[in-house]
Amino acid sequence: MLRLDSVCKTFNPGTANEVRALANVTIQLAPGSFTVVIGTNGSGKSTLQGAISGAFDLDRGSIMVDDADITRWPEHRRAHLIGRVFQDPFAGTAPGLTVAENLALASKRGKWRTLAPLLRGARRGEWKDLLAQIGLGLENRLDDPIGLLSGGQRQSITLLMATLTSPKVLLLDEHTAALDPRSAELVISLTTRLVAHSSATTVMVTHSMQQAATLGDRLIAMHRGKVYLDVSGVEKQHLTESELLALFSQMRRDDRFDDDACALVAAQYR
Amino acid sequence: MSLLIATLAIGLVFGVLALGIYLSFRVYQLPDITADGSFPLGAAITARLLGDGVDPVTATIAGMTGGALAGAITGAIHVHFKVNALLSGILVMTALYSVNLRIMGASNVPIKANTIFTPFEQGATAWFGQETSILGRSVPSSDLGLLLATTIVVGVAGILLVLFLKTELGAAMRATGDNARMLRALGTSTDRMTILGLALSNALVALSGSLFAQMQSFADAQMGIGVIVLGLASVILGQSLIGPVRSIALAIIGAVMGAVLFRLLVAIAIRMGLDANDLKLVTAVVVLAAIVGPTWLKSMGRKRGKHAPA
Repeated sequence: MLRLDSVCKTFNPGTANEVRALANVTIQLAPGSFTVVIGTNGSGKSTLQGAISGAFDLDRGSIMVDDADITRWPEHRRAHLIGRVFQDPFAGTAPGLTVAENLALASKRGKWRTLAPLLRGARRGEWKDLLAQIGLGLENRLDDPIGLLSGGQRQSITLLMATLTSPKVLLLDEHTAALDPRSAELVISLTTRLVAHSSATTVMVTHSMQQAATLGDRLIAMHRGKVYLDVSGVEKQHLTESELLALFSQMRRDDRFDDDACALVAAQYR
Repeated sequence: MSLLIATLAIGLVFGVLALGIYLSFRVYQLPDITADGSFPLGAAITARLLGDGVDPVTATIAGMTGGALAGAITGAIHVHFKVNALLSGILVMTALYSVNLRIMGASNVPIKANTIFTPFEQGATAWFGQETSILGRSVPSSDLGLLLATTIVVGVAGILLVLFLKTELGAAMRATGDNARMLRALGTSTDRMTILGLALSNALVALSGSLFAQMQSFADAQMGIGVIVLGLASVILGQSLIGPVRSIALAIIGAVMGAVLFRLLVAIAIRMGLDANDLKLVTAVVVLAAIVGPTWLKSMGRKRGKHAPA
């Protein structure tokens, strides 16, 4: 279970660039659930992931994973609970290390790095099976530097690495946004398969309304640092891409109205 | 011949330096200028302790430990206070200049006691007599002992470094230099890895300084100037010898070979009339050329390619 309680985060407070990225966000996600998060630019959806992964300190509020209050934990300490895949397909793997070495580092997620040889007792057979699942012939490339692989291949492996140790939480941050359509499709089908088999509470941020409509069992739309819409169950299942697009226009209209209203009021007082 | 063997021995001592610089520059992609301070630090500690009657092995290990501490301080300044890595290194290097003078009590200290090399030199002399003939030339046997000792040290250090880089910890260090964000996401403190890595790098640099002092029979406060550039020259030269390989072992062998080759080239250049005072200038130019050269050549090639018919 993942619980955010009254989480607030303002970037650059007191300056012209002040951004209220998260304004009192409270969300509770059931264990093993798959939540898709959408939102306009600057709505706070990525900040939400940053807050969970520990990329920065919160101004207020708390974050719980099961019974552990992780609010004050540094990023690396949270990692044994949280698997992550980034938007940048190259961000999740170390290019100079081989595929096997990357997987081995991931298999010891959150543990002390000891003086034991990294690849001793490596579960190569198991990894080969996992890599074969992706369907890109990666099972024969365990000993190649991962830097030789394409973005889609690396993102697929990052996804495997993120789920290898069965973390409590899986964060996917627009993880197909930087891929070509074919690779994005592959990564999404792998995501669906891995999430179905995993017991992790999954949070996926996406820009794709198609993904938002078809994936997950809950949908949260963020707007101006707040939860704008939160649907789950049957309602989520019946949500269509066009309804989501309509929702987006609505959010944009709200935005414009606020600005126009401000301008109007300002004109009155000038 | 005698000159050749002495040059090889010094080259191998700088091979240990190259191992340290390989770690900071290639693994962490961070040219750590602390080396200019930790090299004489290793020398100073060893010279001081040898003067105090401490046995050579302990004195050498103490020198190494000093270097590790210096590297750890650079790393800690960099990660804890978010000071630019280069500046952190400059600060520690500058501070070490005074520290080294304090340790030695003078800017130059001769080493009169037995060194870590003495048993090898005596052994070789006992075995072969005062002089040995190699390829028809007569050389002092003690030089052969020196060559053997330095080969053993650089060999052991190199093998240990390769094995280390393949451990969980070593691989985590490589990943820190490669993709720090990924390693944090995998639950390892990249701060800790950086401190540890710079400590290890400077321990090797200080070991090199300690061995160099024992070989030359003195430690000098000025002996660190340009050490980082020398190390970079070795690593870069080694890489061009070996080519773009992906095996760590080969890259490390390359770095050591680069150090030896560089030393040989220097000896030849001086023999051919290069003023020793110009050495640092020439070294810097060589390193610049080695770094900039390949990209420059490639861009020249591209420009020329533009004019070619499509």
